[in-house]
Amino acid sequence: MTTWIDIGTLDDIPQRGARTVQIAGQKDLAVFRTGDDHVFALVNECPHKKGPLSQGIVHGHSVACPLHNWNIALRTGQAQGADEGCTPVIEVRQEGGRILIAQPDAMQAAA
Amino acid sequence: MEFQRETVPVAERVDDLLVTSPDPREHLVVVGNGMAGCRAVEELLARDAGRYRVTIFGAEPHVNYNRIMLSPVLAGEKTFEQIVINDAAWYADNAIELISGDPVTAIDRTAKRVTAQSGRSVSYDKLLIATGSDPFIIPVPGKDLPGVISFRDMKDVDTMLAAAEAGKANGGGSAVVIGGGLLGLEAAHGLTLRGMKVTVIHLMDTLMERQLDEAAGWLLKTALEARGQTILTGANTEAIYGDGKVEGVRLKDGREIPASLVVMAVGIRPATALAREAGLTVNRGICVDDHMVTSDPDILAVGECVEHDGNVYGLVAPLWDMCRSLADGLTDQHSGYRGSVTSTKLKVAGLDVFSAGNFSGGDGCEDIVMRDASRGIYKRVVVKDDRVVGAVLYGDTVDGGWYFDLLKREENVADIRDMLIFGQAFAQGGGALDPKAAVAALSDDAEICGCNGVSKGQVVACIGAGNASLDAVRATCKASASCGSCTGLVENLLSVVLGDDVKSGPKTMCKCTSFTHDDVRREIVAQDMRSIPEVMQKLHWSTPDGCSSCRPALNYYLLCALPGVYHDDQQSRFVNERMHANIQKDGTYSVVPRMWGGLTNPRELRAIADVVEKYNAPMVKVTGGQRLDIFGIKGEDLPAVWADLNAAGMVSGHAYGKSLRTVKTCVGSEWCRFGTQDSTGLGVKAERMTWGSWMPHKFKIAVSGCPRNCAEATIKDFGVVCVDSGYELHVGGNGGIHVRATDLLCKISTEQEALDYCAAFIQLYREEARYLERTAPWIERVGVDYVKQRIVEDAAGREALRARFLYAQSFSQDDPWAERAAGQHAELHQPIAPFAIAAE
Repeated sequence: MTTWIDIGTLDDIPQRGARTVQIAGQKDLAVFRTGDDHVFALVNECPHKKGPLSQGIVHGHSVACPLHNWNIALRTGQAQGADEGCTPVIEVRQEGGRILIAQPDAMQAAA
Repeated sequence: MEFQRETVPVAERVDDLLVTSPDPREHLVVVGNGMAGCRAVEELLARDAGRYRVTIFGAEPHVNYNRIMLSPVLAGEKTFEQIVINDAAWYADNAIELISGDPVTAIDRTAKRVTAQSGRSVSYDKLLIATGSDPFIIPVPGKDLPGVISFRDMKDVDTMLAAAEAGKANGGGSAVVIGGGLLGLEAAHGLTLRGMKVTVIHLMDTLMERQLDEAAGWLLKTALEARGQTILTGANTEAIYGDGKVEGVRLKDGREIPASLVVMAVGIRPATALAREAGLTVNRGICVDDHMVTSDPDILAVGECVEHDGNVYGLVAPLWDMCRSLADGLTDQHSGYRGSVTSTKLKVAGLDVFSAGNFSGGDGCEDIVMRDASRGIYKRVVVKDDRVVGAVLYGDTVDGGWYFDLLKREENVADIRDMLIFGQAFAQGGGALDPKAAVAALSDDAEICGCNGVSKGQVVACIGAGNASLDAVRATCKASASCGSCTGLVENLLSVVLGDDVKSGPKTMCKCTSFTHDDVRREIVAQDMRSIPEVMQKLHWSTPDGCSSCRPALNYYLLCALPGVYHDDQQSRFVNERMHANIQKDGTYSVVPRMWGGLTNPRELRAIADVVEKYNAPMVKVTGGQRLDIFGIKGEDLPAVWADLNAAGMVSGHAYGKSLRTVKTCVGSEWCRFGTQDSTGLGVKAERMTWGSWMPHKFKIAVSGCPRNCAEATIKDFGVVCVDSGYELHVGGNGGIHVRATDLLCKISTEQEALDYCAAFIQLYREEARYLERTAPWIERVGVDYVKQRIVEDAAGREALRARFLYAQSFSQDDPWAERAAGQHAELHQPIAPFAIAAE
């Protein structure tokens, strides 16, 4: 069963930006807020050279990795265009202005 | 570890579509998503886009890519992304169903259906077979061992890269390439660059014997050996040995060559199994007529898998001709394929090789040969009855296209025969030395882009249809869109067709807009636009919020146009400028505090030393710009680090920004026995005036105290060289990949003038250069005379520029570090959750 963890409010994340969630002993997650206020969560690592995606430029529903400008689709974690690779996705939902992420997925994804 | 990902249920989608919304059009099914299959579809779309419903099957799990560019990918010169010909959007835009990673295994000609490996079955009205060719595997013992591969697709490249990577762990790793032809040598070169010890085994006595004569083959062999490869010619492979995996290759003469990877590149043969099993007529290749129709009128075939008039082709150029004839046939035009004359242009390890036509000589053939041993150049043109019938060029291949053109047109060369071997420029007289005249002299069917098979006539027609920029030409007719080696030719054609106007090359800002950088800047000012969303709205951006190319550019243009008014958008800044530090490959940051003119003192040095210890920075380095760089700082620690540095009086060095970086100085007249002026003092003043300013790109200043130029002022964006009588001002220099020395702007006599000119120059650059254009390319684009006219000759203009710069500076000299240290934008440095979620 999915355990949902409240990580904060939408306003905690800048529009077209991201914040990280730290998990003891695990890889950080990046939680993105797009220009149209959708929220997505990925493991904070580009599939290419592990660049911190949370620091990339968010455009549309994609983020450009800050290290080598790979574009990663926020919904699927897939590298776009001709690049190949995938960053694990963590389920997220918004409930009354709060952002919830799925704990089991987060744990597995970061494992 | 399994993740739920959204998948598009493709299975049976094709036929579902038929049931729910019957498409009245004929259904064209293409077997093969490679260069031939997709090119044929492109040619078809260009003639009659709506005529057929198109489905493409591909065996590889990729979109359509340029197979001949696998070599640069292996060599690390290109990424896979850069060799894609048609991306996913192309398929979507043209409503083409792509079924990739699922090879077709059977054709039922009676039911007119094909079945793929997955069991998926699709019916067709017209079927196009473009299965290409299979690598030929020589039937020696051990050919099936793991580690024996061919060089045909992306998977092979990945295997080679993995072998090279694994080899690194044991000090190099060895590879054997069997086959010294074009493909084998490219594989060998790539593997050598990737650090492997490579041996090439070639059965014949001459490398590339089908393309090169003995002399050129020998030059090539010598050059490759000098680059560290072992080349064994006349060597016959007996067996590949190894226990469970490749361990080496044994030759017939008993020699053994250890290797962890064996690449077989001895040749290819048409992939005809599918066609043969379906009962089509097949000789060496699938037999086709002049419109590429097979023995079944509803089945066509194109590319390396076909045999036309007894010929089978393994190069790319004939394929383009075939695709044109095929598309003509499918759209009821009748041109007909007449066979192709081929040429080969190859670049291995920086060595240029070209051959075309017949160079084996024979009755009535005369050779014209030129050798320049010291430069490693060999040229041979074969002439018969006053016509060029063949050419081999080694080391200098610029005239390859011209010889090939003469050959194809069968032009009488009696008049220019004496000059022929010296190339087009010489043979056609002085005028042709101009590259534009040379390209203008080419015939319309001369090939410009070898990768995509685009002729001069097609490029000219494309430009004539309104595609007035390199990008537009690339997007429309594909010339120069792949390897880029013909970019110069295309640019020259643009100039020839459009006149000199083209120089200012209208290049759109990015894929989100059809406007150029200059258009956008002009409109921002003209329409008094004040925010990024406003610009995107008014200029019809095609994406909701731009991309990582246009957002930083727009942010800069607005910042430059509206000092003190525009609100800087942090989310449109690259990470370094948003974080005010330089991100490193491990995700930590490096921190460079400003040291005015390269000066420092005990207090600053102590503070830096304390920061290094307190935050366990693993490295401190002196930069080229005379400051100290502290490495390995975590993003969360940055505000605290900055607070400590601020406390010692230091501010941000902007080593991370498209902004004023450093002012490098020498010690000048205060200490140096050669110094003519106080270069250090002037440098400090210049840095105090200019620090904190945002620019189109990074900007470096240096001040040297005498013409010995110890501060290297003549490779800086703005450089001052002090002389006895005053100051020489230099502009537009940089180090980097393309080193450019400065142009002399002028000489002035006082320190204040030096500062005033500096401010005016920076403002001109800020207002007129395009984002990410450094001063060097900017000055090459606008000309140093233009800069002199604005800065030196127009005193009132200079003063106005200077005033605008100082006004803008009045808003930009707040230390961004101090603001962050005081808590601004704390969210950028802290994780969202105030707690660390504990793992189970």
